[in-house]
Amino acid sequence: MAALFFLAALGVVAYAMQSRQGLGVTGLSREVPWGLYIAQFTFLVGIGASAVTVLLPYYVHRQKVFARALILGEVVAIIALGQALSCIFVDLGQPRRLLNILLYPSPSSLMFWDCLTLTGYLGLSVMGLLASLFWRSPSSAKWARGLALVTIPWAIGIHVVTALLYAGLSSRPAWMTAVLAPRFLATAFASGPALLILLAGGLARAKVFDVGRDAVARLSVIMTYAAVFSLLLAGLEAFTALYSGIPSAREHLQYLFLGLDGHTGLLAFNYLSWGLLLFALPVLLIPGLRRRAGLATSATAAILISVLVDKGLCLVTSGFVPSPLGYVSDYWPSLPEVAIVVGIYAGGALVFLFLRPLFVLAVLVHADNQPLSTGREPGMAEAAPMET
Amino acid sequence: MTDPRHEIKWLWKEPFVRVFPEQDHAYEVEARRQMPVLVLCNHCANSPCTRVCPTQATWRRSDGVVAMDAHRCIGCRYCMTACPFGARSFNWEKPQAASGASNYPARTAGVVEKCNFCVERLDAGQRPLCVETCHARGTRALTFGNLEDAESPLRQLLATRQVLRRHPALGTEPSVFYLV
Repeated sequence: MAALFFLAALGVVAYAMQSRQGLGVTGLSREVPWGLYIAQFTFLVGIGASAVTVLLPYYVHRQKVFARALILGEVVAIIALGQALSCIFVDLGQPRRLLNILLYPSPSSLMFWDCLTLTGYLGLSVMGLLASLFWRSPSSAKWARGLALVTIPWAIGIHVVTALLYAGLSSRPAWMTAVLAPRFLATAFASGPALLILLAGGLARAKVFDVGRDAVARLSVIMTYAAVFSLLLAGLEAFTALYSGIPSAREHLQYLFLGLDGHTGLLAFNYLSWGLLLFALPVLLIPGLRRRAGLATSATAAILISVLVDKGLCLVTSGFVPSPLGYVSDYWPSLPEVAIVVGIYAGGALVFLFLRPLFVLAVLVHADNQPLSTGREPGMAEAAPMET
Repeated sequence: MTDPRHEIKWLWKEPFVRVFPEQDHAYEVEARRQMPVLVLCNHCANSPCTRVCPTQATWRRSDGVVAMDAHRCIGCRYCMTACPFGARSFNWEKPQAASGASNYPARTAGVVEKCNFCVERLDAGQRPLCVETCHARGTRALTFGNLEDAESPLRQLLATRQVLRRHPALGTEPSVFYLV
């Protein structure tokens, strides 16, 4: 806890430095104008959107085993959204003019829509969390479900809009692919559940909150197949890029996997991301391996870190390679830049710790009317119990 | 000289092969590849930068100039990301009096910078500083004028000479033409 406060404070100090000296203190440049901030923003929007992986089974498929995972998922979504918006804020050269986005609404700008949909989603998620906690009587549960039915497509929408922010730019062939939005969703629905599973493990060990083995097992299935699907999409993208033979379609992949013009800035990170994914998938897919709890947890963490590195660094910064004039420049986040991002994560972790009483409250509220970790709907009676 | 990563560029030279990569081929001579070519904002008729700006801090004026309101810009750098010509820069630090023009508007750090064809000069009935300087030195390499006016010297040039535009296939419709 003290360490988290220290890191958060360090982030504030680094940001104070950045606001005084300008964005020149970052590793960003004329050639790579977006870096760690926008990349982490993209990753965090994915985590926020992945609340779908608990909302959908619970509210649409009525899988009551997700009742507790739902609370966790909503808390994580709200924090991730707060962090994502912070990443946007620290990226601005003139943050005091932020409200210009609303004062001069520009419907042709995807960033305008991104800001609208993200703040809307933050509001919906806060309402959703309160609904999950308090709207439990049969009459108000109907409203909670209605809210969820709006929130689910909205959650998918925020990540699609974030992908479209990149995917419509003729200047950046690396991102100009229709597969970008589905790929974002696939990696979001892999990394989000991975984070929930790891947090659920932590909360259970701390004896704060037990999400239930069934819910964790089901989240793990969602995570695994989302990751498999993301692999397929990455492969499809590589095919079009390589088979077409168009240099501009291929060069960013060359930069990521081989290096371009002697520049190998992202090579290690890219291979780390792929290595972790290729380690995790067999573990999660082969029953004999995933039954080993320690190995399964490592694989889950591997999925999370793999997406964090890919989306939170490689995907965004490799889009700027080569530059429109064909220059290749490696991007390295500066120390203040890293400190600010770490500070945002430390802040998020602190909020999560402060919200711990919510989980206790959730248990109290639900104790009387729902057998949370084993409950099963009549419609699901014939379904085999999930193996872990 | 500041850090090259933070350099502000309005009008500068690049090797021909980087400006017109589509024109390159395996048997091209190196001298022609490396021939310096002036590059600047293309003031595209269908400009991606103005499309993506979330505050309309950059917009296409009625005369076709892609202008920039440095007082409205929030510094998100989406326009720099969207420009297929690398024509936009950012004031990563406090800007110096780099333009050399005493009446050039002062900037703060944290806003995007670009060639605006010296709009403050255009509005005063003058030509852009680059064209003015070029003509003052007796070189008439640069011609500035109204593309919409069929009688303008600019259109006469376009009617008689073969021209290149940068990345025409992207559909941005650059308003800067290179006489071959």
